[in-house]
Amino acid sequence: MILSQKITSYPGHEITPEDVKAGKYLDLVYKFEPKYSWAAGVAISRFLAELKEGRIIARKCMNCERILVPPRMYCEQCFRPTDEWVEIKDTGTINTYSISHVGTDARRLKTPILVAVVDLDGATPGMGILHNLGEVEPSKIKVGMKVKAVWKSSSERQGAITDIRYFRPIGEE
Amino acid sequence: MPLRIGIVGVGYSGFDSMTPGLSTRELMFEAATRAYEDAGVDPRKDVQSFVCCTEDFWEGISITDEYMPDQLGAVLKPLCTISSDGIVGLATACMHIMSGIADVVVVESHSKISDVVNPDEISSFALDPIYDHHVSADPRFVAGLEMARYLKETATKREYCAQVAVKNKKNALLNPRGVHGANLDKKAVLNSKVASSPLTELESSKTIDGGIVFVLASAQKAKKLGNHTVWINGIGWSSDTPWLEDRDMARAVYAEQSAARAYKMAGVRNPATYFDLAEVDDTYSYKELQSLEALKLATKGKAGKMVESGTFDRDGRLPVNASGGSLGVGHLLEATGLHRVLEAVLQLRGQAGRLQIQRAKKAVVQSWRGIPTATGAVAVLGN
Repeated sequence: MILSQKITSYPGHEITPEDVKAGKYLDLVYKFEPKYSWAAGVAISRFLAELKEGRIIARKCMNCERILVPPRMYCEQCFRPTDEWVEIKDTGTINTYSISHVGTDARRLKTPILVAVVDLDGATPGMGILHNLGEVEPSKIKVGMKVKAVWKSSSERQGAITDIRYFRPIGEE
Repeated sequence: MPLRIGIVGVGYSGFDSMTPGLSTRELMFEAATRAYEDAGVDPRKDVQSFVCCTEDFWEGISITDEYMPDQLGAVLKPLCTISSDGIVGLATACMHIMSGIADVVVVESHSKISDVVNPDEISSFALDPIYDHHVSADPRFVAGLEMARYLKETATKREYCAQVAVKNKKNALLNPRGVHGANLDKKAVLNSKVASSPLTELESSKTIDGGIVFVLASAQKAKKLGNHTVWINGIGWSSDTPWLEDRDMARAVYAEQSAARAYKMAGVRNPATYFDLAEVDDTYSYKELQSLEALKLATKGKAGKMVESGTFDRDGRLPVNASGGSLGVGHLLEATGLHRVLEAVLQLRGQAGRLQIQRAKKAVVQSWRGIPTATGAVAVLGN
């Protein structure tokens, strides 16, 4: 291997696919296992608690008058604390979507995963939630489609984003 | 010509063992809000560049830089993250100002260590994966190795290290940010449990949560902002080889180099008599002694004796870690360097409350990135 005009050879030899098969190269395998328990904070804690009750909540900035979801205690545009909690709807509009055919392990999926960004009704336009779509033929999904959250039963809900199973079309454009 | 970059605003939040009520981003927002108020700037209008100092593994998010803008007022503005100590972030901000691309720059760093369940897994993971990671002990064994070599080479008495912990923990009792303040004697420190010999538990700083934000400005801009500017007159940083086995374990060579650069920039010729206060690395007790010698605030092998005789006490000739340092206040991961700068800035402004050192005009601040690194930075500050 030529590295530069001055250094024309590099110690060692290039590994061939045959070498790899023959187990001639050395490596070391280690499973790194850090563990975290992220404090959700003021805004997201309340958001998750409300999901458990089957509601979606946002924060309002009185300066720019935007209703922010996911909720945050500060407005990133105005750089000031947000002012009040606002309950918004569990219906919305598909802003964009993608049908994923590949799983996290890089395998082809038999049943594709339907991913969408849903602009939620009651929030400032263009703000919403990333979630799955369900009860819909992949070929029928369209940008601009109206959808509604399908919730887990109250006994199943645990204050997590997955308390919403998915969003399904509600049949009106 | 010395460097002349103004620190025009400081803000901090947290400084507690745990901050379960706030998310990392909310903690940062608090610190940033206070810093901008202190400087009298609006981040949306007046700041041209933002620098954060974080590590993905401490945050628990890959590419964690992407989560920094909102809570700093930096959305759709130039922002970069440096995976190093906060003083290296200050150096980056100085360069942004000196290059002319910005005249006001924000530097942020934080620790949310209470979100990390097994921090030792992360520290150990910093060891060379093939050559050193096979040692499955608490990673402080690296500090034990350095300390043993330092004590041997400098013939420093063992109890002088304990005196560092006694001094700093006592200082921290006066500091509202001092989480680990305590009134102890050397015997208690030496008799505390051995972490990795010769280092004991009371000679090891403990991590805490906190967020720190600084607002820096060009000399011209600083004159228009606030009325308590502290100047960065020199700054330097350096990294030694990562091979633990091949470094000089007795010395903090990275700190010697960083100090030499910062002193040259600031025109400091006799560091031992130049400064009114020093905030230096005391992640572990012996580190303060090693650092004082690297910074030429003590001659080699003499730092211990000087600590013992009270030279570095709050009312001594050169107060060192009058804030309580990392042993007394707590260790803030990559924000540790900014914590030391914060304490020095409050002193130079005359805002250090019960910690105040009279007529404090010149300070030196030094940080180390912690185990297993040999990276550090030094800043020379003046009012």
